[in-house]
Amino acid sequence: MTEGGNIKLPIYLDYQATTPMDKRVLDAMMPFFTEQYGNPHSRSHSFGWEAEEAVEKARAEVAHIINADPKAVIFTSGATESNNLAVKGVARFYKDRKNHVITTVTEHKCVLDSCRHLQQEGFDVTYLPVQKNGLVDLDELRAAITDKTVLVSIMAVNNEIGVIQPLAEIGRICREKKVFFHTDAAQAVGKIPLDVEAMNIDLMSISGHKIYGPKGIGALFVRRRPRVRIEPLFSGGGQERGFRSGTLPAPLCVGLGAACAICEADMDADNERIRTLSERLYKGITEAIPEVFLNGDPEQRYHGNLNLSFAYVEGESLLMGIKELAVSSGSACTSASLEPSYVLRALGVEEELAHTSIRFGIGRFTTEAEIDYAIEVLKARVGKLRALSPLWEMAQEGIDIKSIEWAAH
Amino acid sequence: MAYSEKLIDHYENPRNVGSLDKGDADVGTGLVGAPACGDVMKLQIKVGADGIIEDAKFKTFGCGSAIASSSLVTEWVKGKTLDEAGAIRNTEIAEHLALPPVKIHCSVLAEDAIKAAIADYRAKHAPAEDASAEPQVA
Repeated sequence: MTEGGNIKLPIYLDYQATTPMDKRVLDAMMPFFTEQYGNPHSRSHSFGWEAEEAVEKARAEVAHIINADPKAVIFTSGATESNNLAVKGVARFYKDRKNHVITTVTEHKCVLDSCRHLQQEGFDVTYLPVQKNGLVDLDELRAAITDKTVLVSIMAVNNEIGVIQPLAEIGRICREKKVFFHTDAAQAVGKIPLDVEAMNIDLMSISGHKIYGPKGIGALFVRRRPRVRIEPLFSGGGQERGFRSGTLPAPLCVGLGAACAICEADMDADNERIRTLSERLYKGITEAIPEVFLNGDPEQRYHGNLNLSFAYVEGESLLMGIKELAVSSGSACTSASLEPSYVLRALGVEEELAHTSIRFGIGRFTTEAEIDYAIEVLKARVGKLRALSPLWEMAQEGIDIKSIEWAAH
Repeated sequence: MAYSEKLIDHYENPRNVGSLDKGDADVGTGLVGAPACGDVMKLQIKVGADGIIEDAKFKTFGCGSAIASSSLVTEWVKGKTLDEAGAIRNTEIAEHLALPPVKIHCSVLAEDAIKAAIADYRAKHAPAEDASAEPQVA
């Protein structure tokens, strides 16, 4: 197992952190760097016109994959900006009438941090808990909405554990209660079918680099009918319907559009492959290694994300032991911290198990041979680390580690 | 995070992994840390009649730095008296393995593990010594 045969090592299994760009996307972008380099906002010559045409085609491609009106899609620098703009922008615009925002404890940091900012500005924020399977309880959501609530922000697919929130049901509740519904769909667009009309979604954040598109570009869908208004974050030339000033990076917009078009065309085939590989990985691991637990709902999930706890083996030491595999112990944003994942904690995963979790991200370019190799690596290294683990030894002796009075340090 | 060669060597080829019989009168066992904190170290020493540590074993649940720190101290304590072993400082461990600042707690835990093992050994022997001492006083 020291050599990978014809497999290139390390094997990339971190598709939630970012994805390689699809070569078809790069092909679509190239001319806009070197030949058609116009500013899409230039109205006085053909360089500007052709760049604008390409940007509008891309906008339509982004809109199409979520069944939106192209005019309702604005380009941003990525999902973090989109989430900031949606959460802060809506709350600030309507602050004279309403002052309450609802979100969940398992959102991405950029949504949670935007909400904390709003609290400092005087808004009330409700952070809904999630159930053991990672999904929000719809009755709790319904109960949390008041006549002061302006926005509900709940992510589509969780970045750490892959669970899919019940978007259509949430959208129905929000529409019924006349509250705007924003969803962070950075991990969902192109992977699960999304329809802003059928799901009653008012704002949706989209990322380029999670869907085999370029890094540094994203989009925000802002519904036009009924109209959703937002206060912009930037001051400037008033581009993007006044919501987002700044010159559009035409090659990146083209790339995001191409990435969406490819995802839309290939979604069924991609998902079929990814599901098969995910099941192969899960079966391969759990049949060979005892005491491995899947985090998050087993059914209501995107299969390209497999978050597993390897009981009695600390996650960081496992990461060090499986250096042939490029995986992470949670989100890339928090992988430098020693704290166990706040998402897993929110699911009620005990701290000792939360310390043992690894996220496997499978994507468009993952192969069966890579999955098989990963299984072999895991079998060997988990076994080795368990032989080293005093907790595994106690478990084998039938000692309940919860019965021991540990001194916290 | 870039780790030192010594640290990686101890992680990949840990020394003295295993367990000694914790019921044995010559064995002192230290179990420190907590699963919820992500670190648990079990360090055991076997002390000869001459008061010298003749064997040491460890098992660790924790990051690579914790594994390396405990592996290292099993090497260091062998051949030492209890007092010498008890004088090992976490700073020496951290320095030897070039632990990054966020991993200093691993060396602290390793020092605690040695102290706990020594205390366990001494506790096993203290009552026996008292018992044998009593008749002499009487």
